[in-house]
Amino acid sequence: MAQHQVNYASSAGLPIALTTVDKLVNWGRSNSLWPLTYGLACCAIEMMASGASRFDFDRFGTIFRASPRQADVMILAGTLSKKHAEFTRRLYDQMAEPKWVISMGSCANTGGMFNTYATVQGVDRIVPVDIYLPGCAPRPETLQYALMMLQKKIRRESANMKKNTKQNLRLI
Amino acid sequence: MQQTNKLTPFFENLNFERSDNMMIINFGPQHPSAHGQLRLVLELDGEKVTKAYPDIGYLHRGIEKMAENMTYNEFLPTTDRLDYIASTANNYAYAHSVETLLGVDIPERAQVIRTMLLEVNRIISHLFFLATHALDVGAMSVFLYAFREREFGMDLMEDYCGARLTHSAVRIGGVPLDLPANWTNDLMKWCDTVEHELANTYEKLLNENRIWKMRLEDVGVISAEDAQSWGCSGVMLRGSGIKYDIRKEEPYELYSDLEFDIPISDRCDSYGRYRLYMQEIRESIKILRQLVPMYEKSTPQLMAHAPQYISAPKEEIMTQNYALMQHFVLVTQGMRPPVGEVYAPTESPKGELGFYIKSEGEPYAYRLKCRAPSFFHTGLLQEMLVGTYIADVVTIIGSTNIVFGEVDR
Amino acid sequence: MRKYTPKDNVQKKSYYTDRFYIAPRVPRSQVESGSHFADVVNALKKLAFESYVEFNQLIVHIKSTDNIKVLQILKEKCGYTVCSELSAVDYLASSGEFEIFYQMLNLSEAKRVRVLTRIKKDEAIESIVPLHKMANFAEREMYDMFGIVANNHPYLKRILMPEDWVGHPLLKTYPLQGDEAASWYEVDKIFGKEYRDIIGAENRDPAKIDRYDTKRFSRVGHEVPFGADISSGEKEKDIEYSKTFLVDYTSSQKQLDKRK
Repeated sequence: MAQHQVNYASSAGLPIALTTVDKLVNWGRSNSLWPLTYGLACCAIEMMASGASRFDFDRFGTIFRASPRQADVMILAGTLSKKHAEFTRRLYDQMAEPKWVISMGSCANTGGMFNTYATVQGVDRIVPVDIYLPGCAPRPETLQYALMMLQKKIRRESANMKKNTKQNLRLI
Repeated sequence: MQQTNKLTPFFENLNFERSDNMMIINFGPQHPSAHGQLRLVLELDGEKVTKAYPDIGYLHRGIEKMAENMTYNEFLPTTDRLDYIASTANNYAYAHSVETLLGVDIPERAQVIRTMLLEVNRIISHLFFLATHALDVGAMSVFLYAFREREFGMDLMEDYCGARLTHSAVRIGGVPLDLPANWTNDLMKWCDTVEHELANTYEKLLNENRIWKMRLEDVGVISAEDAQSWGCSGVMLRGSGIKYDIRKEEPYELYSDLEFDIPISDRCDSYGRYRLYMQEIRESIKILRQLVPMYEKSTPQLMAHAPQYISAPKEEIMTQNYALMQHFVLVTQGMRPPVGEVYAPTESPKGELGFYIKSEGEPYAYRLKCRAPSFFHTGLLQEMLVGTYIADVVTIIGSTNIVFGEVDR
Repeated sequence: MRKYTPKDNVQKKSYYTDRFYIAPRVPRSQVESGSHFADVVNALKKLAFESYVEFNQLIVHIKSTDNIKVLQILKEKCGYTVCSELSAVDYLASSGEFEIFYQMLNLSEAKRVRVLTRIKKDEAIESIVPLHKMANFAEREMYDMFGIVANNHPYLKRILMPEDWVGHPLLKTYPLQGDEAASWYEVDKIFGKEYRDIIGAENRDPAKIDRYDTKRFSRVGHEVPFGADISSGEKEKDIEYSKTFLVDYTSSQKQLDKRK
């Protein structure tokens, strides 16, 4: 963040650190990612485990919120069925910008082993996805790594979200 | 910046404005204490629920249809995803049904390992129940404590089969692996820890806790007649004073040789059921302690010998021609069980879990019906919630211990 | 010549069956006189036209119109107070019938009875909700999955599938991966039919790899900008396995996509 460190000796002793607005805003955004508790199936248990005692998600500034209005990240953990798809889209619409989506597990990525009539074959048909997370079910470490990758991704985005082209163009 | 889609208005399309004092609340399908994807439409008069309508199917994945299009061995990993909190219980229930259909005998060591895994899974599942139920009611620290012990249990499962959640640790005809070295010692240590924590942490925190008792006592009352009529099983049935445990009454595996009690309660409420879950963890620990000496005495054979249905051990496949041919046929075509139908019930942590399998002598099952306990416990909600307060709804859902992978299949 | 596929059963078939293979049957025994099951058969009298024992469970065949009577006798006289499961099996292809089974449990004797009955394609069955409330959900599921109507059911609606779903999924004529309506269900519902072309058809082939698809998963070691057209060939570059996972995305040299 503090890339343009001011030399206190030569700047009259003022405690000033200079940075860009982008970096400051993204520092704030990436370090307080609040995910929506969107447990759908088996992966939800691993999502809970990563929030619980051993894996302790709060270290990343990640506190699960039950309301889409307060959430920044939607972690789609588990199989998305066709009956549920409209609710997912509605919750995504209700989230405030900027928002990101992590697709957790094979079922959310591609439908996974459930190649059946009732399963959405990949949540990227419904919502734009930022991070795909492989595994059935992914371990909590995988989710932590995905979150760190998302933080990196946010840090190199522009603070003005209109300038960022979202990954999945066809749904925007 | 809303995206264009047809889902307008962006609110629930229910009519909230009414002329009378009634109010309709839509609960779920995304709700942290809905235990998955339960959607409840509640009609309220003030704070009292006058009508409850559970809407399920948000996790329907067509598992029964998949079973008709998969060979028997292919389908086994899919059963992990039914009750994903205790996967081995599902694997076992399915394997047990197929084995009954085939009529194969399981070697003793495989039986010991299976019973061990089942009981470890039962403890994991009950700890999960305690954690989430307490979290719903408002006791956050119990959630953190219970997950701590649960993680150690999952480490045990991981040492055995490599997976934390979706084990596939039971195969048709036995188990794939022997226990790793020193596993039983770790198991005994874990049993001691759980027993210690149970008495000194969970029960000390909750048993006499005033808030816990106020929130749970006389909430979610279900009479013995209703429990039978709604097809309840497991703790829901025993919590209503009916002593019926499939492990005891219709014993499978080694349960007839083991000594354990069936705790029952005639309180019929959530508190009684919570006490039962705690007692069941103790009984499971008792069973696990008896199993370790049995394991040491057993002969090291892991898979049943039934060349028509089950592949030979790997060494034989690699060295003997006939075993290799059998293995090739079984892998490429799948086993062909006898024509007929079977329903073999087992006691999963949630209740009676059984697979009804209809076989036509083909490698694919003609029909597979999973009798999931949670499905019927969800049906019960429409009667149990009526007349309670809105604040008790989450307590009741928590104490029924439903898992949506199993409800919707 | 095109391979013949039967239309009345589109489920997966074994690709090879020995012509001389005769599948064995599961062991079946007669009801022993004096046993508990003999009492059950006696109580049912002529309502049960066939009864035998398989895997320690009594199996009783009845007429579909007698189901309420039989279950009432089982509940009141024989102590089968719990109906643990009921569902149907689709035999439309072979005989134009559904088989419905009721799995009954006696808690005091720890015995199980399976009551089997058959109905024709367009027939309905009487609901057993007055006797066993569990049928409330179970019969709704049966209706949803097979389209079997239960008469006098308090609320016979779809339960697992959405209300506007087309078809009954567990019928043998319904393909595993769904029909036309199923494959576009979520797109039609959320975005509308006109978005079908934009979103595209579902990929139902789990083994499909399209090397020119640059919009879905990143290909580790071969990353290209999102949505780039690489059909004319892409720049060769060495795969750095050890570094790909540790690549520093923040440094300006190693920019992997041109979006910024």
